[in-house]
Amino acid sequence: MEQPLTKNIITGKTLSLKEYEQAGGYAALRKVLKNNAPQEVQQMVKDSGLKGRGGAGFSTGIKWSFVPMDEDARHPKYLICNADEMEPGTFKDRLLLEGNPHQLLEGMILAAYAIKADISYVFLRWAYRKAAEIMEKSISDAYAAGYLGKNILGTGWNLEMYLHTGVGRYICGEETALLNALEGKRATPRAKPPFPQVSGLYGKPTIVNNVETLCCLPHIINNGAAWFKSLSASEDSGTKLYGVSGKVKRPGVWELPLGTTMREIIEEYAGGMANGYRLKGVLPGGASTDFLTEQHLDIKMDYASVAAAGSRLGTGTMIIMDDATCPIGFVHNLQHFFAQESCGWCTPCREGLPWVEKILLGLEKGKGSTEDIELLQMHTQYLGPGNTYCALAPGAMEPLQSALKYFKDDFVEHIEKHKCPYEV
Amino acid sequence: MFIHIDNKTYTVKAGKNLLEACLTLDLDLPYFCWHPAMGSVGACRQCAVKVYKDENDMKGRLVMSCMETVTEGLRLSIEDKTAKAFREQVIEWLMTNHPHDCPVCDEGGACHLQDMTVMTGHDYRRYNYKKRTYTNQYLGPLINHEMNRCIQCYRCVRYYRDYAGGDDLNVFAAHNHVYFGREKDGVLQSPFSGNLSEVCPTGVFTDKTLKEHYTRKWDLTMAPSVCNHCSVGCNTIAAERYGQLRCMLNRYNGDVNGYFLCDRGRFGYEFVNSENRIKQALIRSRTNEAATESEIMEHVQSLISMSKVVGIGSPRASLESNFALMQLVGKENFYQGISEDEAHLNRLVVEMLRSGCVHSVSLKEIEQADAVLIIGEDIWNTAPMMALAVRQAVVKTAASQASQEIKIPVWLDSAIKELAQEEKGFLATLTIATSPIDDIATHSWHAAPDDLARLGFAIASYLQPGKIVNTDFSEALLDKAKKIGDALKKAKNPVVITGTSCYNDNVIKAAFDVAVALNTGERKTSFSCVMTECNSMGLAMMGSPSFSVANENIKTNGHATAVILENDVYKHIPSANADEFFNSCDHVIVLDALHNATTEKAQVLLPAATFADGDGTLVNNEGRAQRFFQVIPNTTSQVQESWRWLKKLQTLKLHTLNGHALHPDDLLREMETALPQFEGITNVSPKHDFTIHGEKIPREPHRYSGRTAILANKNVSEPKPFNDGDSPLSFTMEGYKGTPPSGVVPFFWSPGWNSVQSVNKYQEETNGALRGGNPGLQLFKNKSDARDLFFNDVPESFVVAKDRWLLLPKYDALGSGELSSYTAALKTLSPQPFASMSTGSLQALNAKDGDMLQIVDAGIMYGSLPVKADENVCDGVVLVTAGLRESMGMSWGTRVQIKK
Repeated sequence: MEQPLTKNIITGKTLSLKEYEQAGGYAALRKVLKNNAPQEVQQMVKDSGLKGRGGAGFSTGIKWSFVPMDEDARHPKYLICNADEMEPGTFKDRLLLEGNPHQLLEGMILAAYAIKADISYVFLRWAYRKAAEIMEKSISDAYAAGYLGKNILGTGWNLEMYLHTGVGRYICGEETALLNALEGKRATPRAKPPFPQVSGLYGKPTIVNNVETLCCLPHIINNGAAWFKSLSASEDSGTKLYGVSGKVKRPGVWELPLGTTMREIIEEYAGGMANGYRLKGVLPGGASTDFLTEQHLDIKMDYASVAAAGSRLGTGTMIIMDDATCPIGFVHNLQHFFAQESCGWCTPCREGLPWVEKILLGLEKGKGSTEDIELLQMHTQYLGPGNTYCALAPGAMEPLQSALKYFKDDFVEHIEKHKCPYEV
Repeated sequence: MFIHIDNKTYTVKAGKNLLEACLTLDLDLPYFCWHPAMGSVGACRQCAVKVYKDENDMKGRLVMSCMETVTEGLRLSIEDKTAKAFREQVIEWLMTNHPHDCPVCDEGGACHLQDMTVMTGHDYRRYNYKKRTYTNQYLGPLINHEMNRCIQCYRCVRYYRDYAGGDDLNVFAAHNHVYFGREKDGVLQSPFSGNLSEVCPTGVFTDKTLKEHYTRKWDLTMAPSVCNHCSVGCNTIAAERYGQLRCMLNRYNGDVNGYFLCDRGRFGYEFVNSENRIKQALIRSRTNEAATESEIMEHVQSLISMSKVVGIGSPRASLESNFALMQLVGKENFYQGISEDEAHLNRLVVEMLRSGCVHSVSLKEIEQADAVLIIGEDIWNTAPMMALAVRQAVVKTAASQASQEIKIPVWLDSAIKELAQEEKGFLATLTIATSPIDDIATHSWHAAPDDLARLGFAIASYLQPGKIVNTDFSEALLDKAKKIGDALKKAKNPVVITGTSCYNDNVIKAAFDVAVALNTGERKTSFSCVMTECNSMGLAMMGSPSFSVANENIKTNGHATAVILENDVYKHIPSANADEFFNSCDHVIVLDALHNATTEKAQVLLPAATFADGDGTLVNNEGRAQRFFQVIPNTTSQVQESWRWLKKLQTLKLHTLNGHALHPDDLLREMETALPQFEGITNVSPKHDFTIHGEKIPREPHRYSGRTAILANKNVSEPKPFNDGDSPLSFTMEGYKGTPPSGVVPFFWSPGWNSVQSVNKYQEETNGALRGGNPGLQLFKNKSDARDLFFNDVPESFVVAKDRWLLLPKYDALGSGELSSYTAALKTLSPQPFASMSTGSLQALNAKDGDMLQIVDAGIMYGSLPVKADENVCDGVVLVTAGLRESMGMSWGTRVQIKK
């Protein structure tokens, strides 16, 4: 089984520039700069079927193709790496950032070349202090080695790169809010259209890609689209970093073929449930995805299969809810997070989420009523996609709506018993 | 194009968004964050409608109507169940934390949040938890802050920062703790802060001066009015109760002020209620000075019959009053009550605009300019709303370029702002000293007036080589001229702005020459000259000699009675000259509203009406004649419009007591005959006998509470409603209930729309002209005497003299204003009088920052002033605060001596 993204990563260690080069690093960049026009790189990536690994799963090649490439396109263009990994339960990008930073840098430089970008930023989660140190050093090493700066590898092409650390706002994972934050403005999302490809950072054409997405690029260039497709166990291409957290024997993150089943990941790689616990529900791709349950364990963890089961692959990092955990308390905890992370721009999210949070807390404390269930259901409906300004509130509603579906009995029990039945 | 709304077909204008289209069609759709002047941002989610793919699509898709452009054949539904339920839900969310304190909220009864809540049908509250609360801030004496009422529509910060360019109000924190205020308590710094009270859809930001004498909107008697506090002539609504003026509201005029007013205009009304008002006619020679009207008439008859009578007009009195005075004293004895220096400049401006060489530009047109050149006028402080219009021009130019670049509509505000970023349209400010407007200027240059004029002429010469005969422009000057000239040449709608406050005719001539030089076949340059008072233009158009000429004449001929109309000549003329004048007069009759230095000289003092207790017409600096209407019914006091007093005096003089011309209409008709330059002035507003189906237009909304017991100590019987007979407006709540003609709209109200947002219902389209056309009449249109006018008067460079300093005025956006300074709140925000000079000048004087200096002009000593060092004032110039309550007339624009 090939694990191109993680094969050189040794836990606890960081691959230096030299070690990365010895392992074949920056070969893709050299190859492309010598042989290929930017549009050809775009085509290669389009052909590879690479989809964004940040959660939305949109084709990377198609995303790039909306960037104006003609002579009179507005410059500077920007390439931004979204390393704001703030999705609860998600820690896959951290592994890539800390373990093999130059793989990311090479991916960024390739992506920047593909869209003829002039400036690139790494937008890094504030809490990733170690990654920040590593990235800072790696960027300066890459400058020193001629991979960044003026006249890269003697081709006459210039690219500047900067590290920007956020202040820890979930909303900065939303690419347009990230752009506002990067400009020093309030981290509120922007209206779309216009999309960032046309009017992004400082109003100029911009691409924002996730860490894992960018890390795939050197391998696609080196080995070709067909190879990349062959890595997968599903219609989607490539490998995926899957993670598992919760009461399993071995929580962690593994690079596996895209489309590995949930059961295989949980039982073989995470070692199954910890002793004394049974699996009650799974959030397959972070906190903003719908619960799946035991009956779904055999579905393939690819974009289409998870969607067919009523959830989203999201970041591919599962949060396991065990049978000793109160689903209401669990969802309350999530809603507390989402309510707090709402940027405060649009009404439904700003006012709806705190209400949901308060209802769930009431239920958990045994003060709920059946009307509360109706109110929760109303919110799952009205905080849906299109009704709010961005995807934060619709994402927040995903675990809630599925909890109401799969764990309805728990809600009823809380109301009838006037207390949380999970309380010891 | 055609669109279908709830299965009915309508014609709408392309390029609009769905919300604008619906509101223009008079369909009710609730909204908060969208504002016609500020565009769409999609934050509040209140204006949701269903949009359908085609007639077979039964499901539809919920969209925010403010964020979608109309497309041919589009099908949408306002009435759709889901859309309605969602809109109701949005209100329920907004109300979860709202304090529901309408009974004690200043906004109550005129609150957009109330209206929208009722419109969506939300009436039952399901939120059972504690509300979040905020601490309020002290924002200064003009605006009250009550954050708990906030519904987070973001309009305040979008207005204050993006629209008006302020930076001390912001949004803080996140999620449901979002806070709108200042970093810490303190006075709001923007001179446009008052608009927050109208921009805010609920009671977070309210008018603090109204709070001092609060009345519900529905209990206000209101009348269309025109601002008195600068030459721009913004349209206002004056609002009264129990004989007291309670507040001023914006009156939309699509050609002038649009949705906004400056703080001097909004809050400068309290002089009307001032204790300093003259309410009683006085005959000073008597033991008992107070006189009845008949005593006055008897006394005055001898004064105006026996000797020669001269009339001193006023740039702040109405056309009617000035004309009535001219009629009384005869054209040859009527003088403008301003200095010769100022009158000379005003005559020049009239000549320029009358020539038809350039277009006299409205505020609205300034907003649409794609390049602006300002020469010599600090418009931020002398005509604040013009500065706000220039800001829009600069921002909108960048916005429209951005919108064309990637084809997004201009109203999509946030997207446009992201795209345009810091890009700005061209603005050059060439002024005496720095001004806040410089912040958005492409080029700023500060120099003495003659040097500003030289640059102006150099620009004109660059634009049309050979037209200016001058060869001694320096390289540096030519370089500046080229930069500015090139930018102006690129523009399609350039505007050149100047003003009289430099007291330098070369500055105005240079600005005019630039405008003329810019004229080409397809480009007609727009030109604007700021003047000092609200009717400076009207007075100047009457074409009479200045006060200085009157003074000379009286000194020479002696034995005259002077009738002074609403004019504190001590504010216009150095006091020594004014004293000289009064000493030469045998008798002085003064008509004014407030006691001042001039009224002290009156032997006969007549109480004149202000804009609030009288009718009249003012001409703004653009040449737009605008009518204002009485709002305070006058049943007991002797206060009456000056023109009415003067007409009465005229009948005395002519010994015909059956004077018939006692309506402004009649006066204006006589004026049109006597002074053809005012042709058309009778059409400025509907006549006094205008009715609709026999009904007058009520000044009171139909929700008026009616009579209360508050005046029962004076009279318990039901008095007959006051009727001044001067206008189509009645002083009652009875009358025509529909939309009145645009010039006589006393208030904005529509069923279900009790707040200022109801202005939508009075417009032909959102943000467009008022139905029936914007009010006001441009007097400089369609001139038949169009002729070529071009000046060639390039002055010598300004030379610093060793012991003489050029004296120039420095105005203040809030503090300047003879009348507005009576508003206590504005007075506290006004600077103390001071002079400012460059460090170089101070060194030459052997003085330092903070020293007291005395200005001496031709032996006349002005009072001492503290001096501030200001690097932006050029050497050889002394700036002195002007227009403040303490300020007196000075010989501006002349070289004076300065003593330590």
